[in-house]
Amino acid sequence: MNPNQTRKKDAESGAALDNKRIRSDFPILAQSINNHPLAYLDSAASSQRPQQVIDAIRHYYSHDHSNVHRGVHTLSHRATEAYEGTREKVRQFINAESTSEIVFTKGTTESINLVADSLGRDFSPGDEILISHMEHHSNIVPWQLLCEKNGTRLVVAPINNQGELLLDDCLGLISDKTRLIAITHVSNALGTINPVENLIIEARSRNIPVLVDGAQAIPHQAVDVRALDCDFYAFSSHKMCGPTGIGVLYGKQQWLDRMPPYQGGGDMILSVSFKETLYNELPYKFEAGTPNIAGAVGLGAAIDYLSEISMPAIAAYEAKLLTYATSAIGQLPGVELVGTAAKKAGVISFNIEGIHPHDIGTILDHQGVAIRTGHHCAMPVMEFFGIAGTARASLAFYNNEDDIDQLVTGLKLAIKMFQQ
Amino acid sequence: MSDKNRLMDLYRRSVLQHSREPKNFGRLESASLQAEGHNPLCGDKITVYLTLAGENIEEITFEGIGCAISLASASMMTETIKGKTILTAESTLSDVVDAFTHPEKPWDSDQHGELAALSGVRQYPSRIKCATLPWKTLSAAIAGNHQTISTE
Ligand SMILES: Cc1ncc(COP(=O)(O)O)c(C=O)c1O
Repeated sequence: MNPNQTRKKDAESGAALDNKRIRSDFPILAQSINNHPLAYLDSAASSQRPQQVIDAIRHYYSHDHSNVHRGVHTLSHRATEAYEGTREKVRQFINAESTSEIVFTKGTTESINLVADSLGRDFSPGDEILISHMEHHSNIVPWQLLCEKNGTRLVVAPINNQGELLLDDCLGLISDKTRLIAITHVSNALGTINPVENLIIEARSRNIPVLVDGAQAIPHQAVDVRALDCDFYAFSSHKMCGPTGIGVLYGKQQWLDRMPPYQGGGDMILSVSFKETLYNELPYKFEAGTPNIAGAVGLGAAIDYLSEISMPAIAAYEAKLLTYATSAIGQLPGVELVGTAAKKAGVISFNIEGIHPHDIGTILDHQGVAIRTGHHCAMPVMEFFGIAGTARASLAFYNNEDDIDQLVTGLKLAIKMFQQ
Repeated sequence: MSDKNRLMDLYRRSVLQHSREPKNFGRLESASLQAEGHNPLCGDKITVYLTLAGENIEEITFEGIGCAISLASASMMTETIKGKTILTAESTLSDVVDAFTHPEKPWDSDQHGELAALSGVRQYPSRIKCATLPWKTLSAAIAGNHQTISTE
């Protein structure tokens, strides 16, 4: 199939996505907030969970819980199966080659810190790490900490007024000293989808590893780490309908093999003596201590749920909703959209003249509409646009046009109140 | 109280007016005391400037960016504090912060005058900090504290 045919098929499946049925899977959506139906438009901060995920966790704790990898008894076996079962589901979901390359972490933040701590250990003064101006703080601060520790330099690729990465400038910043490129797939503050593929091709030709922060991409589009050919891919379960407190670091085996352990403890060792400790094989080398087993169970259920709907269908549905929302919000008087990239995922950041985002947030909350306001953990982005923050509506496949209409009605009230 | 009314109670006319055209807004070149306050939750920053004449606060201004609540609170604060002695200002500001942060206590409208317009904020736990930020910054300025204070 050529790309056009694929896109057409995706669009068709998007039309087929049964939003009504999907909404009924999410018990939290069926409530009133301040006497209005809840319009949850803050999924970029954290998504909601379908009943299937909630049930899986309940079932696990009611029937199967024990520690993993440690016992010969039935429950330990079940817990291990469930935990490792999710690892295989993650592998399939992102099309990794092997489960050895799937490391469970607390989330995107810990995944990035793991790479900074472990891969970064032998970076030297003068070495460079290249990031972009639109990173989440969790893809900035771990590198700054590393720079403080061993004199590595942080290089920042610029963006333009639409909130797009300046790819040529970015490629131009790659040097012989670049040890790692760390870039977000989709910006949480702006919605921009970055051309990570192009960056990776260039990096590959120079043998520089690339870490992709996939926190905002994984819930909204099909991700194939082998097609991308990235070296690391980090994401969080809670943004993709799974539980909080668990996430994934995908790493190519060639890197993970070479990297020293991140934390020490149980599970990450083969044998311990006071003379010599042997580390466990991948991925356990990077999973010290009792992991978040129930979290993994929930993540597994979330992956099943998303896969059944299909990621291309989700992407197509959300793209349509984004178009609808962007035009509805953009038409309101005094609205300025922040982040108008040609390629965007379901994030609409905006400001309204004369109304602070916080006030917008409170007024909307009064009408049952949940959005995020502030700097969205991307203060350099706000600084670039010369603003303190934005109001941000972010979409998921369980949202629909009614949610957007409710948002627009709320914004109209805010505008009216502040004009009086 | 109906939902709409509750919202109107937060954004009363005088609050919106103060936020649109804040009083005593701007930098005070001759300031003998100043402090910066920061609300990391929303990135808002405010600077409060004071000049003293003996024990009296002769001039007080502020500048910065913020939501309607924090701007109105700052604007009203400058009007309340101007001309007061440092001692009175300190006790006023501690009373005001106390009033904002204790929604269970009745609001003493005799005591805080125009500030009563902001009393609605007490129903919004996430917004109380917006109202108290200017006052805490004033407190830091009086104390001669040059470090940026934070609501967190
Ligand atoms: C782009 C991006 N990167 C990283 C993170 C951090 O994710 P977590 O807090 O789940 O570790 C987020 C979450 O807001 C994000 O949007």
